[in-house]
Amino acid sequence: MSTILLIEQTLNGLQFGVMLFLMAAGLTLIFGVMGLINLAHGSLYMVGAFAAAGVAAWTGSFLLALAASLIAAALAGVIVEMLVIRRLYDRDHLDQVLATFALILIFSEGTRWVFGSFPLFLDTPDWLSGTVMLPFGIEYSRYRLAIILVGLAVAAGLFWMIARTRIGIRIRAGENDREMIGALGVNISRLYTLVFALGAALAGFAGALIGAIQTVQVGMGEPVLILAFVVIVIGGIGSIKGAFIGAILVGLTDTLGRFLLPVLFGLVMEPSAATTVGASLASMAIYILMAGVLLFRPQGLFGARAT
Amino acid sequence: MTDPILDIRGVCKAFGALQASQDIDLTVRPGEIHALIGPNGAGKSTLIQQIAGGLRPDAGRVLFDGCDVTSLSTAARARLGMGRTFQISSLAMDYTVLQNAVLGALGARGDVFRFFRPVMRDADLLAQARVALTTVGLDEFEALRTSELSHGQRRQLEVAVALTLSPRVFLMDEPMAGLGAEGSRRLMDLLDGLRAEAPILLIEHDMDAVFALADRISVLVYGQIIATGTVDEIRANRDVRTAYLGEEEDA
Amino acid sequence: MRREPILNAVLMVLLLAVPLWAHLTDEPFTITLATRAVIFAIAGVGLNVALGLGGLVSLGHALFFGVGGYAMGILAFHAQTYAPLIDWPMTIEGTKSMPVIWLVAVVASAIAALGIGALSLRTTGVYFIMITLAFAQMFYFFAISWPAYGGEDGMSIYVRNGFPGLNTMDPIQFFGLCYGLLLLVLFIVWRIARSPFGLMLGAARQSQARAQALGQVPYRLYLTAFVISGAITGLAGALFADLNRFVSPTMFSWQTSGEIMVFVILGGVGRVFGPVAGAALFIVLEHSLGGLSEFWHIYLGAILLGVVLFARGGLYGLLAGRERAHD
Repeated sequence: MSTILLIEQTLNGLQFGVMLFLMAAGLTLIFGVMGLINLAHGSLYMVGAFAAAGVAAWTGSFLLALAASLIAAALAGVIVEMLVIRRLYDRDHLDQVLATFALILIFSEGTRWVFGSFPLFLDTPDWLSGTVMLPFGIEYSRYRLAIILVGLAVAAGLFWMIARTRIGIRIRAGENDREMIGALGVNISRLYTLVFALGAALAGFAGALIGAIQTVQVGMGEPVLILAFVVIVIGGIGSIKGAFIGAILVGLTDTLGRFLLPVLFGLVMEPSAATTVGASLASMAIYILMAGVLLFRPQGLFGARAT
Repeated sequence: MTDPILDIRGVCKAFGALQASQDIDLTVRPGEIHALIGPNGAGKSTLIQQIAGGLRPDAGRVLFDGCDVTSLSTAARARLGMGRTFQISSLAMDYTVLQNAVLGALGARGDVFRFFRPVMRDADLLAQARVALTTVGLDEFEALRTSELSHGQRRQLEVAVALTLSPRVFLMDEPMAGLGAEGSRRLMDLLDGLRAEAPILLIEHDMDAVFALADRISVLVYGQIIATGTVDEIRANRDVRTAYLGEEEDA
Repeated sequence: MRREPILNAVLMVLLLAVPLWAHLTDEPFTITLATRAVIFAIAGVGLNVALGLGGLVSLGHALFFGVGGYAMGILAFHAQTYAPLIDWPMTIEGTKSMPVIWLVAVVASAIAALGIGALSLRTTGVYFIMITLAFAQMFYFFAISWPAYGGEDGMSIYVRNGFPGLNTMDPIQFFGLCYGLLLLVLFIVWRIARSPFGLMLGAARQSQARAQALGQVPYRLYLTAFVISGAITGLAGALFADLNRFVSPTMFSWQTSGEIMVFVILGGVGRVFGPVAGAALFIVLEHSLGGLSEFWHIYLGAILLGVVLFARGGLYGLLAGRERAHD
């Protein structure tokens, strides 16, 4: 096992974590401000990926594809929010789960209907393909490095927006006291739509970025959604900071677990068994991490209180 | 003087800079109604939560029948015999009136983890529940869904459920709140007779009720008990008049 | 006149009559559909103990469905390959006997529910939903990556397991077995709902503070309900595996969790017989809409959305009116 490989895997974990953050940030904002659990968030991720793949195939431009993912997901978010989601804010969690589960069915089958069942591919542009030399002689995928940087930039932008801008102040006010922002004369309904669209755009953007590494297909969003839930449970609901720390933790644990556990078991077992046991345990690693956090801090690392 | 059932010693609780309870001493003796009064925000709810178990005091102890219960859970204190009624009604709204009363009797008996015997056919529980409902005057409404009860009837049912627990002490958090004159008088009659069964710590806004009912009164202002005494003593107390009753008259 | 008992009777008679009629007219596929409905109903009745009685929104019941399925798969796999399950410290063989498999499935899923419930119930509300979903996903990925029992491809059991005195390969006899188990489970849950435990569990669902003031620890009530719930859903999983003679990680998937929840909602939350109506309706929809369009999930989604937004009581709410406080 070489150090270079380890560093490379750590970077992969970071990249994974940054992507998870884009998903988790939207989910946690939507829960924090509107009190809504949105299972269809994974569908918005898928919408972004399909929009990007479609536009890339049509125009050949990766940047236009990314822009399309943002716009399409935000638009889908606005439409869904106005048609369905806004009827759910005052409902209990069970209704929210069911209605957004229904939305998943509609989104997934609708996408299959439009695009067919075959996966699409989104190619990385030339200027982002190949590898880049990092210090210490580490060769790393240029595209993945770009994802890390873009993801960190988005995270920084989000922190700045919430801490400094007027819309951020309203979001924080909404998290603390729903009636107060109404009393302050903020148009709550418009704020909610905006927050939902923002979360959707982040999810769609993540879908497009990942779409270039993996295939773009129906059902791609839900496994990521569930991982984002794990992130939120670890980080604490409603906390952007918690979402960030949780996402990086989950990304690193998953990637490094898959890399290191088979190697570790290889020290005490024969290679084939070590690979099997290591891979199986690695697939459970993040959930074990989540269980550990639950034991010691049921409200998550940065959560105020479980509600 | 008999030993107190409930003995609160030096209880302190702060939320950040706000001192909600400052070194509070309070006793409830057998056979008495001890009323706790004070303006809004004086810390009455905080105090009753510390007595019933929802909040842990920063310092001080809660003794119940001579035992230190400060570190026990709400459920454990309830099992020892603290019968609580809630300011904001927390009855099982989907259940019938009778079911709510049976719940109390069941909780008092304690054999909850039984899975196969129909609970609403249990003669003992039904008898206890009906006695309590009759006591508060709800017997003819037993088949009604609790959510269909009027505000005052829900208050009566709260008391009935507490009765079925056969508690050693009642903790009543503003039982008269929101009741009309008729409802208040009814409940006052009820509480008047209840003190023989178990003493009552009564938190109440309604001054007429408090002065008519209480054997002793404690006045809580800004987290501190500024006076404890009989009705006449409290009426005559200058601190109370300026700090509390004075405000009432102004308002 | 109370409509709910009548509805229950009509439902159960229909569920029996349709496969019997299919048997007489020699339409085994319809019998299989009815068996699916019955098995889904058992899974839903199980979830309803947590969801309806306890108010615990578990989005991870596929976990127990899958544990039950794999209990069957693993035991039957060892029996059909004549390889003992373990050799040390004692030899345990696989089995093809349904009663033994059911017992193992129920116990295994109850133990899983105890462990997962003990952790998940430390939280409430939306955390609980996410955590149960996540734990089911953990089992899903574990089943995929563990190659001994088929991994991603799952494994086939060539001959349906046996029950003393019955030919389980005969569709109508296997249906009868499942129907009998559904009746048994309904009876048990119906009794539990009316028991001291059921009454107190419902009180804790409506008001935790009330249950505490009555000397009860809500956590214990919830955990007990969760274990009973998981055990029943595990039994359904074992039956489902036997129906298909196939187990795969799909049984653990989040879609399965969602569908079990859909059975409960379509029928009516908290009604003992609700999931039976829901599962039957689901099968009817799947069959009729599935014939209409290959994208039938769109219609299912739309119907579900309609039920959630406009008809919250589900089928029972529509047909039997508001739930009566039972006596």
